[in-house]
Amino acid sequence: MSEATANGAHHEEHARGISRWLFTTNHKDIGTLYLWFSFVMLLIGGAMAMYIRAELWEPGIQLSDPNFFNQMTTLHGLIMVFGAVMPAFVGLANWQVPMMIGAPDMALPRMNNWSFWILPFAGLLLVSTIFMEGGGPNFGWTMHAPLSTTYAPPSTDFFIFAVHLLGLSSIMGSINIIATILNMRAPGMTLMKMPMFVWSWLITAFLLIAVMPVLAGAVTMMLTDRNFGTSFFDAAGGGDPLLFQHVFWFFGHPEVYIMILPAFGVISQIIPTFARKPLFGYSSMVYATASIAFLSFIVWAHHMYTTGMPVSGELYFMYATVMIAVPTGVKVFNWVATMWKGSMTFETPMLWALGFLVLFTIGGFTGLMLGVAPADFQYHDTYFVVAHFHYVLVSGALFAIIAGVFYWLPKWTGNMYDEKLAKIHFWWAMISFNVLFFPQHFLGLAGMPRRIPDYALQFTEWNVISSIGGFAFGASWLLFLYIIIKTIRGGEKATDEVWEGADGLEWTVPSPAPYHTFNTAPEVK
Amino acid sequence: MSTTKTKHASSGLVALVTLLASHSALAEWGLNMTQGVTSISRQLYGLHMLVLWICVIIGIGVFGAIFYSIYHHRKSRGAKAAEFHESTTVEVIWTVVPFLILVGVAIPATKTLLYLEDTRDADINIKVTGYQWKWKYDYLDEDISFFSNLAPTSREAISADPTKVENYLLEVDNPIVVPVNKKVRFLITADDVIHAWWIPEFGVKQDAIPGFINDAWAVIEEPGVYRGQCAELCGKDHGYMPIVVEAKSETDYLAWVAEQKATAAADAEAAGKTWSMDELMAKGETVYITSCAACHQANGEGLTGVFPAIKGSPIATEDLPAHLDIILNGKAGTSMQAFGAQLTDTEIAAVITYQRNAWGNNTGEMVQPTEIKAAR
Amino acid sequence: MTEAHGGYYVPHHASPWPIVGSLGLFFLLGGFAHVLHGGTSVFMIIGAVLVAAMIYGWFSIVVRESEGGKYDGQVDMSFRWGMSWFIFSEVMFFAAFFGALFYARMFSVPWLGGASNNVSTHELLWPAFEAAWPTNGPAAVGGDFATMGAWGIPAINTLILLTSGVTVTWAHWALKKENRQQLILGLAATVALGVLFLGLQVYEYGHAYRDLNLTLGSGIYGTTFFMLTGFHGMHVTIGAIMLAVILMRSIRGHFTAKNHFAFEAVAWYWHFVDVVWLGLFIFVYWLV
Ligand code: HEA
Ligand code: HEA
Ligand code: HEC
Ligand code: CUA
Ligand SMILES: [Cu+2]
Repeated sequence: MSEATANGAHHEEHARGISRWLFTTNHKDIGTLYLWFSFVMLLIGGAMAMYIRAELWEPGIQLSDPNFFNQMTTLHGLIMVFGAVMPAFVGLANWQVPMMIGAPDMALPRMNNWSFWILPFAGLLLVSTIFMEGGGPNFGWTMHAPLSTTYAPPSTDFFIFAVHLLGLSSIMGSINIIATILNMRAPGMTLMKMPMFVWSWLITAFLLIAVMPVLAGAVTMMLTDRNFGTSFFDAAGGGDPLLFQHVFWFFGHPEVYIMILPAFGVISQIIPTFARKPLFGYSSMVYATASIAFLSFIVWAHHMYTTGMPVSGELYFMYATVMIAVPTGVKVFNWVATMWKGSMTFETPMLWALGFLVLFTIGGFTGLMLGVAPADFQYHDTYFVVAHFHYVLVSGALFAIIAGVFYWLPKWTGNMYDEKLAKIHFWWAMISFNVLFFPQHFLGLAGMPRRIPDYALQFTEWNVISSIGGFAFGASWLLFLYIIIKTIRGGEKATDEVWEGADGLEWTVPSPAPYHTFNTAPEVK
Repeated sequence: MSTTKTKHASSGLVALVTLLASHSALAEWGLNMTQGVTSISRQLYGLHMLVLWICVIIGIGVFGAIFYSIYHHRKSRGAKAAEFHESTTVEVIWTVVPFLILVGVAIPATKTLLYLEDTRDADINIKVTGYQWKWKYDYLDEDISFFSNLAPTSREAISADPTKVENYLLEVDNPIVVPVNKKVRFLITADDVIHAWWIPEFGVKQDAIPGFINDAWAVIEEPGVYRGQCAELCGKDHGYMPIVVEAKSETDYLAWVAEQKATAAADAEAAGKTWSMDELMAKGETVYITSCAACHQANGEGLTGVFPAIKGSPIATEDLPAHLDIILNGKAGTSMQAFGAQLTDTEIAAVITYQRNAWGNNTGEMVQPTEIKAAR
Repeated sequence: MTEAHGGYYVPHHASPWPIVGSLGLFFLLGGFAHVLHGGTSVFMIIGAVLVAAMIYGWFSIVVRESEGGKYDGQVDMSFRWGMSWFIFSEVMFFAAFFGALFYARMFSVPWLGGASNNVSTHELLWPAFEAAWPTNGPAAVGGDFATMGAWGIPAINTLILLTSGVTVTWAHWALKKENRQQLILGLAATVALGVLFLGLQVYEYGHAYRDLNLTLGSGIYGTTFFMLTGFHGMHVTIGAIMLAVILMRSIRGHFTAKNHFAFEAVAWYWHFVDVVWLGLFIFVYWLV
C-alpha cells in the first residue's frame, strides 16, 4: 500500500529497502506495516477457521484429533482478535489520525515503531506453540483456569509470554495515540471538532490502557499457578477458578468494544461522505461512544451467568448489560438519520458501511438476547453465542476495516481501486458471510454446544451449509488481496479529494499523501 | 471420504431448497429453542421469544428506514442532500423509548431468574460431579453412586460411520434416573476442570466448578429420556461427555432404586470369586473403551506427548505394582485420575489384565478382584 | 497550542533500537519460558543483554536530543502524556492483583466456608473448613504458617518510603532553584532510602520463608502476600535504578530549572510506587 508514496511528487529522503521498514519512525510506514501484518494474520487465523469448518463438515472426526481441533479454535480466536482486528485498527489510526488532526506525525515516533515490531515476535511466539511437545494452547481464547493452568500443555508458558508481548504492544500503541490526539491537533481543532474516527480512537485507547494490564495480570496469575505454587485459582488453597474469569472478563468485555468503537468511527466517516450530508447528532455520537466505553467496564460478568454467582450479582449484571443497547441504539439511529434525505451513492466503502450497519445491528440484537440472564442459561456456550460474536466481529469490526481500507486506499496509493471487482468482492463476501453464520443461530438454539469437533446427527445439515458459506467467504479474501495489489501497482489516478462528499483534513493533501504531511500545521476554522 | 463430502454438499443444497418449501423440515432441522418439559424451560422459551420479537420489530423499523432511504434518497434518483444534522427531540425519543422497552424486558426476566435460582425444598438431591470426561452421580438420599460415560456405540463410531448410530454422541452407559413431578435438586461440582451440566429440555445449565458446588433444579412433567451435553470447554473430549436423564413414574423410579442396590450387592459378590482369563479380558475391554480409550486410545498407543502409550509401556508389561498404583491412585498433577475411586475391584482387575495382554503386551498375567481389594 | 508544528521534533532518521528491543523481549521472555521447562538460560541472557543495550542506546539518543535543545514545549507535553498514561497502565496492573486479594477475602474464602449461596459447598466438600483471614485454604496448602506483623519492618518501610517521597520533592525544589548541590543530595538520599527499603524487604522475605513458613505456596494468603509485595518490590527496584540514572545525569550537569522532564517522570513514578505501598501496608499487612 505504500510503494506508491515513493511515486509521489515529494522526493523526500528516507531509507530504502528493508531497513526503511525495520527502522522507520514514519506514521505512514508504520501504518502500512500494521495493515499488512494484520492481513497476514487474517489469512492464518482464517486458515484455522477453514480447518474448523472442514472438521465440522460432517459428524465424526475427519481431519485430526479433538485436541488439535481445540488448538485451532483457541488460536483462531486469539489470532483474529489480537493479530487481525486490533492491529488493523491501529494501522488505520497510524495512517489517519495524524492526517485527520493536522499533525506532522505521531507524538512518539520511535515508540511507534517499537509498538509495531513487538507484534510479529509475539505472533511468532504464539504460533510456535503449536509445534511444541504436547501441542499449543487448547483451552479456548478465554483460557479459563484450571484447564489453562494445571491441565494445560507445557507450551502454555510460552503462550503466556506471547500474551504479555501483545499487551505491551497495545499499551504502547495506545499511549502514542492518546498523546497524539491530545497534544498534536492543529490550531483550531478543538476536541468537539475532531472527526468521529479520532474521537472513537481516543476513547478506545483509553480502554486499552485500562484493560490490557489487567489481562497481563490474569496471565501472570496463570503463570505463577502453573510454575510457582500459588493458589489463585485453586479452591484447595482458598482461591477460586472463577477469580480467573472475573479478571479475564474485566479485560475481555471492554476488549470487545475495543474492537468495535474504532469501527463505529470508520462508519461515522464514511456514511456522511456518501450521503453528502453532515453526520447527524455529532455531539450525541461522542457522548454515546463515551457511555458505551463507561458501561463496558461494569458488565463483564454477563459472560458468567451460569457460573453460580449469587443471584443479586446476576441481576445487577443483567441490568447493566442491557443498558448498552441504549447508547448503541443512538449510534445506529444517528447513522440512519445521516442517510435520511441525503444524496446517496454506493461506491464500495459505502457498500461495506451499509453491510456493517445492517449486520452489526443483527449482532447487537443477539447480544441483547444473550444479555437477558435467564435466557442466557439456554444460549450460553452454544453456537448462538458463536453466531452473535461473528456478526459483531466479522460483519462489525472486519467489515468496517474493509470499508475503511477502500475509503482511504486512494489516499494511500494515489490510485483508484477497480470498482467493479471491488463490488463483486463485496457481494460475494456479503452473501457468503450470511450463509456461513446465519445458520449458526439455529444450531445454537437447537442445542449445539460450541468448541466441539464432532456433533450429534441432527446438526448435520446446518453445519454443511455453514461450511459451504465458510469456504466461499474464505476464498473471497483472495480476491480482496488481488484488488489491493492491483491498486498499489497502478490504476486511475485519484484526486486530492477522492470522494465527492468527502470532508476533513486528510482530503486536503495530495493523493498519494506525501511521506511527511502537515510539517506546518493547517489552520482549522 | 470425498464421496461422502460431495454427497453432503449436494444434500445440503437440496435440503436448503426443500427447507424453504416444506414446513415439516423446519421442525426436523431444529430452528428454535426447545420449550422443554419443565416450568423453567417454558419460561426461558417465553423470554427468548419475547426478546426475539422485540428485536424483530425494532429491526423491521430500522432496516425499513435504511432501505427506504437507500431507495428514495439516492443521488441517481436526483435526491438533493438536506442540511439538517441534529434534532434534540428525536434524539431524546430514541434514547428514552429503547430504555423503556428494556425496563419492560427486565421485569419478567427478573421474575424468571429469581424463580430458577430458588432451589429450596427439594424432594431429591443428586450430586453431579464432572470429570474429564464423564459424569458421576451421587444420590445423596439413597446410597447410590455411579459414573456415566459416553456409550461405547458412539465412541466406536467416531472415526468410523456416525450416521449409523442412534443418538450418536448423546448416549451414555449409565443414565441417571429421576421421578417425574418431584422437585429434583442437582448439586453440581467438578473434580478437575470446569464442566457444565446442561439439559436443554429442563432449562438447566450450570457450571461445575472444582471446589465449589452450584445448584439447579427441575420438576419434570413428562416421563421420557432427556439428553444434554457438557457445555464448557473441558479439554480434549469436551464434545464427548453427554448427559442422559430418564424420567420415570414414581413407582418405576422406586423399582430402579431397588435394582441399583441389588446390582451393587451382586458386584460385591462377583468381586469375591475367581475370574477366568477370558472373562477378565472381555470385561477389561469394555472398561478400557469406556474409561481409558479417550486418552490412551483404543489401540493403546496414546497420543504422543500428551497421553503415554500403554502398548509396550514398561509399567504395563513389567512393573505390576506400579501399574496397580497408577490406576488406583492416579498421578497428581496430570490428567491421569485416581481410578480407585471410580471403578470397582472387578473392573480394575479386568482392565489391568486387559492392558497387560492386549495389543501384543502378552505377559499372560492375570489380576483377580481380590488382589485389588488387598492393594487398596 | 500555537507553537508551530514545524518545530515538533520528528526523528527523520532511522532508529535501530526499537527492533533490537523487540528482539530482546522475544528472547528474554521466550528464554524465560524455556528455562521454566528446564532448558538452557542462554536465550534469556541474550535477551536481557539486548534489552539492556536497547534501553541504554535509546535513552542515550533521547538524552542527547534533549540536551541538544531539539525538543520544544510540545514534545515535552507528549512525554508528559506518555508517562502519565504509562503510570495509569501500571495502576491497572496492580489493580488486578488487589482485585484478586479483595475477591479472595470477600468472596472465595467466605464461600468455601458456606457463605451466600454456598451452603452445600461447605457441607459436602469442605466441612472442616472455617472461613477466616489469613488462610491457606481448606486443604491447608503449604502447611501451618504465621503472618507478617504490620508494626515491625513493614511500618519502618512505610516510613522509609514516605521519607523518600519527601527527599525527592526536596531535590525537585532544589532543581527548580538551580541549586545543584541540594539536588544531588536529595536524589542521593532518595536512592539510598530506596535501597534500604529493598534490603529490609529481602530480609523480611528471608524471615518469612525461614521462620514463619510463609511462602508463595502458603495458599491464597501467601499467594497474594508475595505477589503483591513482590511486584511492588520489583517496581521499587526499577524506580531506584531510574533515580540513580537521574542522579548521574544531575552530577553531569544535565537538566535546567525549566527543562527537566526526565527528572519529573521518575519522580512521578516514585510517588506512584509510594502510593501502591500505602495500599499494601493497609490491606496486606495491617487489616488482616
Ligand atoms: C465487537 C464485539 C462485540 C460487540 C460489539 C458485542 C456487543 C454486545 N454483546 Fe457480545 N460478545 C462478543 C463480542 C461483542 N459483543 C464476543 C467475542 C463474545 C463471546 C466471548 C466468548 O465467550 O468467547 C460475546 C458474548 C456475549 C455475551 C455472553 C454470552 C455467553 O457466553 O453466554 C453476552 C451476554 O450478555 C453479550 C452481550 C452483548 C451485548 C448486550 C452487546 C451490545 O453492545 C449490543 C448493543 C447493540 C444493539 C442492541 C443493536 C442496536 C441497537 C438498537 C437498534 C437500539 C434499540 C434496540 C433495543 C432496545 C433492543 N455478548
Ligand atoms: C475478529 C475475530 C474473528 C474473525 C474475523 C473470525 C472469522 C471466522 N470465524 Fe471465528 N472466532 C472468533 C473470532 C473471529 N472469527 C473467536 C474469538 C472465536 C472463539 C474462539 C474460542 O472459542 O475460544 C471464534 C470461533 C469460531 C468458531 C467456533 C469454533 C468452536 O466453537 O469450536 C467457528 C466455527 O465455525 C469460527 C469460524 C470462523 C470463520 C469461518 C471465519 C471466517 O470469517 C474467516 C475467513 C477468512 C479466511 C478464510 C482467510 C482468508 C483466506 C485464505 C487463507 C485463503 C484460503 C481459503 C480457503 C481454503 C477457502 N470461528
Ligand atoms: C483423562 C485422561 C486419562 C484417562 C481417562 C486415563 N489415563 Fe492413564 N494416563 C494419563 C496420563 C496423562 C498419564 C501419564 C501420567 C504421567 O505423566 O506419568 C497416564 C498414565 C497411565 C499409565 C502409565 C503409563 C506409563 O507408561 O507411564 C497407565 C498404566 C495408565 N495411565 C492406565 C490407565 C487406565 C487403566 C485407565 C482407565 C481406567 C486410564 N489410564 C485412563 C491420562 C489418562
Ligand atoms: Cu466436560 Cu466439557
Ligand atoms: Cu461481553
